[in-house]
Amino acid sequence: MRPDGTDGVSELTFLMLDVVDEMRLLQPSASIQVSAQSPDAFLERATRIIATGFGQPSVFNHDLIVRELTRHGKSLEDARNGGSSGCVEVGAFGKENYNLTGYFNLPKLLELLLHDGKDPWSGQQLGPRTGDPRAFRTFDDLFGAFERQLRHFVAIKTHGNDVVERLFAERMPAPFLSLLIDDCIATGRDYHDGGARYNTSYIQGVGLGTVTDALSALRRHVFGTGAVSMELMLRGLEADFAGHERLRQLLLNKTPRYGNDDDAADDLMVRVFEAYFGAVDGRPNTRGGTYHINLLPTTVHVYFGSVIGATPDGRRAGAPVSEGVSPVQGADRQGPTAVLRSVAKMDQVRTGGTLLNQKFTPALLADDAGRRGLVQLIRTYFRLGGHHVQFNVVDADTLRAAQAHPETHRDLIVRVAGYSDYFCDLGRALQDEIIARTEHQAV
Amino acid sequence: MRRLTGNRPGGSLKTGIVFDIRRYSIHDGPGIRTTVFLKGCALSCWWCHNPESQASRPEVVLHEARCIRCGACVETCPHGAVAWVDGVPVTDRSKCDACGTCTRECHAEAREVAGREMTIEQVLAVVERDRPFYDESGGGVTLSGGEPLLQPHFTAGLLAAAKRHGLTTVLDTSGHAPWESLERLRGDVDLFLYDLKLVDALRHRRYTGVSNHRILANLRRLSELGHQIVLRMPVVPGITDDPENVQAVRDLATSLPRLARVDLLPYHRIGVGKYLRLDRTYQLLHTDSPTRERMDEIASFLAAGGLPVGRD
Repeated sequence: MRPDGTDGVSELTFLMLDVVDEMRLLQPSASIQVSAQSPDAFLERATRIIATGFGQPSVFNHDLIVRELTRHGKSLEDARNGGSSGCVEVGAFGKENYNLTGYFNLPKLLELLLHDGKDPWSGQQLGPRTGDPRAFRTFDDLFGAFERQLRHFVAIKTHGNDVVERLFAERMPAPFLSLLIDDCIATGRDYHDGGARYNTSYIQGVGLGTVTDALSALRRHVFGTGAVSMELMLRGLEADFAGHERLRQLLLNKTPRYGNDDDAADDLMVRVFEAYFGAVDGRPNTRGGTYHINLLPTTVHVYFGSVIGATPDGRRAGAPVSEGVSPVQGADRQGPTAVLRSVAKMDQVRTGGTLLNQKFTPALLADDAGRRGLVQLIRTYFRLGGHHVQFNVVDADTLRAAQAHPETHRDLIVRVAGYSDYFCDLGRALQDEIIARTEHQAV
Repeated sequence: MRRLTGNRPGGSLKTGIVFDIRRYSIHDGPGIRTTVFLKGCALSCWWCHNPESQASRPEVVLHEARCIRCGACVETCPHGAVAWVDGVPVTDRSKCDACGTCTRECHAEAREVAGREMTIEQVLAVVERDRPFYDESGGGVTLSGGEPLLQPHFTAGLLAAAKRHGLTTVLDTSGHAPWESLERLRGDVDLFLYDLKLVDALRHRRYTGVSNHRILANLRRLSELGHQIVLRMPVVPGITDDPENVQAVRDLATSLPRLARVDLLPYHRIGVGKYLRLDRTYQLLHTDSPTRERMDEIASFLAAGGLPVGRD
């Protein structure tokens, strides 16, 4: 997009996509910034690269990014000249010091509140004592405890950030960088000391899907039907579901789960989002700027999962939590449109970036209908207010993993010679054949 | 759930038996569509990849790989229809009336009832959820099966309601139905996906179980009335791919008053596992998918006759 708001796609754009297609570099990773005005030919060229299974370019909604940046207080022109960088976070390029200050483990809060603030892994009292969960009478009691844990740890996090920011400002000035970022010279202040025109601190929430499904399971089975007592739930979690497989299957399969366009789960995602936004957004940092949230994991969803025990969504101890704003792996079973509708229920304009991964098997993108469908999915998601989406075309290894662990891959749809079906529901021989074919098609 | 027996037409005026609703269908008509699969089909094609769609009544389907052998189905079945056989719960289908008790108790979702009674409003509520995607892509709703015309009242009602909602409509049909069933709903169909399997009457009867007399008459009549039709030809080696049948398909398609595209659907053994889940035998165990070369040959032969050909 140009500073005057008109479409900025040009011949050069297509040349750069040719380079991306030919070079296949992992770094710098390529992304495209799409607006409602962008021509279809631009998106179609990009989807041809995506369909090869390269995982790039990722796709950003520039119209939304402009709204995010202006909400953060940027001028319209600076916002239009800005965009996403790094992972999915937004900034006013050349005019802003915007930092990702750290990742925030949302499902861990739930684990703490289920143990009255005590971390069952270390045995330490890490959080405030929010009460014995067996004493909660309603789901709202439980959610209130979740919010108390949340506010407690956000306060610790921002306090630590204050110290770190001051260290950078006073001990680690960046004079060369300060020459390049507006308005460090005009204000005579270092890049790290509030010299930039805009100064944002981000905290990245991680595990939104996991915490949503876990809360949904508690609401449905403990406070709703009463099929599972809190006592039984806690025992199942402590045992990592050993001897409780039937309970685990109930939690996995008979719970409204985020990513299926089911309001019974998605409303909890929104509730967690609002709580997190409320706890972080607008807090002042030490550089004259403010805090905003984004929801991206980089790779830390694997580490965060490794320090959380079993969770009430049926996830086993130590397993990764969900990444970005994506549903829990394998929980989405209604196809890509349902995922996009679920995610779009979040008011993403109030973030500084969200990350959504969608998995496709190669055959779903192999023909014109598949690639056209991809363009239409992107356009619609962006019209619904989505920030970013990237399409990972699954490889043979993923399909092998699905064969071995169907429960976390129930979402995988494969297309075989005119018919689509869920990969995990196919017979073993046919699965093997599809794996072999996928390997053959790999680039 | 209402108890239905035998293979008589399912559904009433207000409700139909639906066995699946699949969102993001991109090969069942233009744009992004939601395909509603109606249960029940009078044909029993040897190559059918959706055997659970054939019987009109709801049936219990078992996904054995998901089963955790907890035994809840054996314990809770009110008809005593499920029993342990070699460590696996097996359903005695003569006792099972698909009441769904075991599927509710089956936390692993190894047991499912294929076929659910739904009202037009319930179906449309699901279809409506993807409205933004239809707006973007020119998509809408596709009715498939099974054979939607085997539930003529429900199908007609659903199509009319979809039209009132401003959705584009596609009907995927074998064409095996009285003309009256088509007559009452054809005005609410934007595009017919019409199966064309075997032109020879005897072979059609052998491999699908029914005569194609009515199917071919209905096809010609729809074309005469100016309806947009895409013909779908399953290419099944040794059954539909011989030169005589391909020639006959070409002759028939080119003789239609309104030019119709022919989509070639290569046979695939994707349905094998589903027959096992229904405790049924599969007749084409030794048939493989057609080769790419054979598909190319058939496509060029049809194209040489002046027909637009779609490949999947």
